[in-house]
Amino acid sequence: MRSPTLKLSLMALLMFGFSFALIPLYDVFVALTGLNGKTGRIEVSAIDPTRVDTTRVIEVRFLANTGSGLPWSFEPLVKKMDVHPGKLYDALYRVRSSTEMPTTGQAVPSVSPGQAAKYFNKTRCFCFTQQYLAGYESRDMPLQFIIDSAISENIEQITLSYTFFIVDKT
Amino acid sequence: MTQEATHDELGEYQGEHHDHGPAKGLTRWITTTNHKDIGTLYLWLAFIMLLFGGAMAMVIRAELFQPGLQFVEPDFFNQMTTMHGLIMVFGAIMPAFVGLANWLIPMMIGAPDMALPRMNNWSFWLLPFAFTILASTLFMEGGAPAFGWTFYAPLSTTFAPDSTDFFIVAIHLMGISSVMGSINIIATILNMRAPGMTMMKMPLFVWTWLITAYLLIAVMPVLAGAVTMMLTDRHFGTSFFDAAGGGDPVMFQHIFWFFGHPEVYIMILPAFGIVSAILPTFARKRLFGYSSMVYATASIAILSFMVWAHHMFTVGMPIAGELYFMYATILISIPTGVKIFNWVSTMWRGSMTFETPMLWAIGFIVMFTIGGLSGLMLGVAPVDTQYHDTYFVVAHFHYVLVTGALYSIIAAFYYWVPKWTGHMYNETHGKIHFWWSTIAVNVLFFPQHFLGLAGMPRRIPDYSLQFAEFNMISSMGGFAFGLAQIFFLYIVVKTIKGGKKASGQVWEGATGLEFEQLSSPPPYHSFTKAPDIKD
Repeated sequence: MRSPTLKLSLMALLMFGFSFALIPLYDVFVALTGLNGKTGRIEVSAIDPTRVDTTRVIEVRFLANTGSGLPWSFEPLVKKMDVHPGKLYDALYRVRSSTEMPTTGQAVPSVSPGQAAKYFNKTRCFCFTQQYLAGYESRDMPLQFIIDSAISENIEQITLSYTFFIVDKT
Repeated sequence: MTQEATHDELGEYQGEHHDHGPAKGLTRWITTTNHKDIGTLYLWLAFIMLLFGGAMAMVIRAELFQPGLQFVEPDFFNQMTTMHGLIMVFGAIMPAFVGLANWLIPMMIGAPDMALPRMNNWSFWLLPFAFTILASTLFMEGGAPAFGWTFYAPLSTTFAPDSTDFFIVAIHLMGISSVMGSINIIATILNMRAPGMTMMKMPLFVWTWLITAYLLIAVMPVLAGAVTMMLTDRHFGTSFFDAAGGGDPVMFQHIFWFFGHPEVYIMILPAFGIVSAILPTFARKRLFGYSSMVYATASIAILSFMVWAHHMFTVGMPIAGELYFMYATILISIPTGVKIFNWVSTMWRGSMTFETPMLWAIGFIVMFTIGGLSGLMLGVAPVDTQYHDTYFVVAHFHYVLVTGALYSIIAAFYYWVPKWTGHMYNETHGKIHFWWSTIAVNVLFFPQHFLGLAGMPRRIPDYSLQFAEFNMISSMGGFAFGLAQIFFLYIVVKTIKGGKKASGQVWEGATGLEFEQLSSPPPYHSFTKAPDIKD
């Protein structure tokens, strides 16, 4: 009588653990499928300059949003760009605080379509760290990115969206 | 059997003539470890919760009777839809099935009681506290949870009322109760069967509950994990579901539906067992395809873990994902179809009579199939984009949960109540209850299909004028259905208090240990000596 009870209790505990194991599993799933458009990060030294594919042009559109509670205006200085896969490009975003209080924000990227996400890599990004703005401060923030030339032929347009969320609760 | 003869003649509550009768007064119910007492407690809790959740449904239908805002504020309306869903799923349907399991499984397999009687007492008594905590949120500042019974993040984390923490504790208590109850049921079925009661001789109700209990143990802890993550996101600075901190709100939906889809089978598999017990009795034939029923139930249970994302076709998913989840979902209709055809074949050329339990069981088959077919429509990814979050979904899951799960529970009540109490219910009342409910429930839910196809979203207190007629019809059906269940309460009380005496077998065609070898009502401690199992 004891043994099924113990085994079943253990099974319940394991399933509780499994619910937390779903988080890394989900990350693997997201990386494989490009769901949610999480972008990648690479080092400049890892780029092979000979692999630029000048025969293809992909249009990259830039979007900028702020989450609720963050009194910032946030916009890309260039709305769209035509790029070659395998080549490094620079883009600029401008952010301005509209409050006298100092505020800190964190930008979270998302790429659409999802299949493009794992080929969209950044060497430099304001989203790598939290951004601190003094009262009414304005700042131009750089972004340096490269699209992997292994990206599917079917993709002709990519939208890169950033949302700035407030970092607070301190 | 000897037990039957003596007790039938005495015509009293047999328990008192045994060495261990029930204790007197309130302590009997608080300290009881008797499976019959605990079954009764579960069933009463479920009935009270049905009326409580039903009252909320009445508020919802009253507000939706006409376009515009009449009776309640939108936020309170959202609290009503949320609490109605939670109370009906966790408070009415699930405890009712556990109550039936407690009453019936030991009697069906020839066991003297459940394997772990004290834990059984504890699993029940956690529930009144859980639901008191949940219901108390209605009186709190900021109101009760208003984010829908699926409590998607970040609505349930960043933007939720303070009372959400009470909701989290309540879910934890219900989860612990369910897991303990399931362990108990599995241990009982695996260890306490009478000699000769092999696995493939067990009644289907026992089989379906065995599989359901495994499902519960597998997914209730996942739900507990999800609400724990919510709690730490809310108070301890984690970001499981918060995009600002690197988390992902869509992951909440994956975790929730990994629990949620098996959960819908938890609420329907025992119903399959009940219908499989009732149909052969009133068709006076053996159940058609017993072993295929067992395998179909097991297949449904296994498939239920592989289809969860069909609830989230619109969140943005790779096309391959949509295709996989669509085909896997539609695959479930095969074992379910096996069941429906087996039931129809059981009735085919049977000497059928239509006593009240049979009416509810046939009502179950017809209307559950309607709900199953609308489920197939929802499972098709390209069209789900149109149906998602509309009243079509509301119509679908009410057909499977009200005319499915609830109908089977009511059928089970009419079928086994003469066995439990020794009293026949009033057949005319039972038939009135059935036809009244069945007409009302279709007036209530059928027009909601049309509302959904026309684009009316769910969980809204107000709507465009073109939806007015169908909503008014639906509300009138709702009020009639609610009233019918008050009539049911009267039938229940009246049957417990008295009625025509039921024989041991109760029904002419009834089979199974509880009907063949026990009196009506059964002794307080039945099968203290293992019964002889016929071949």
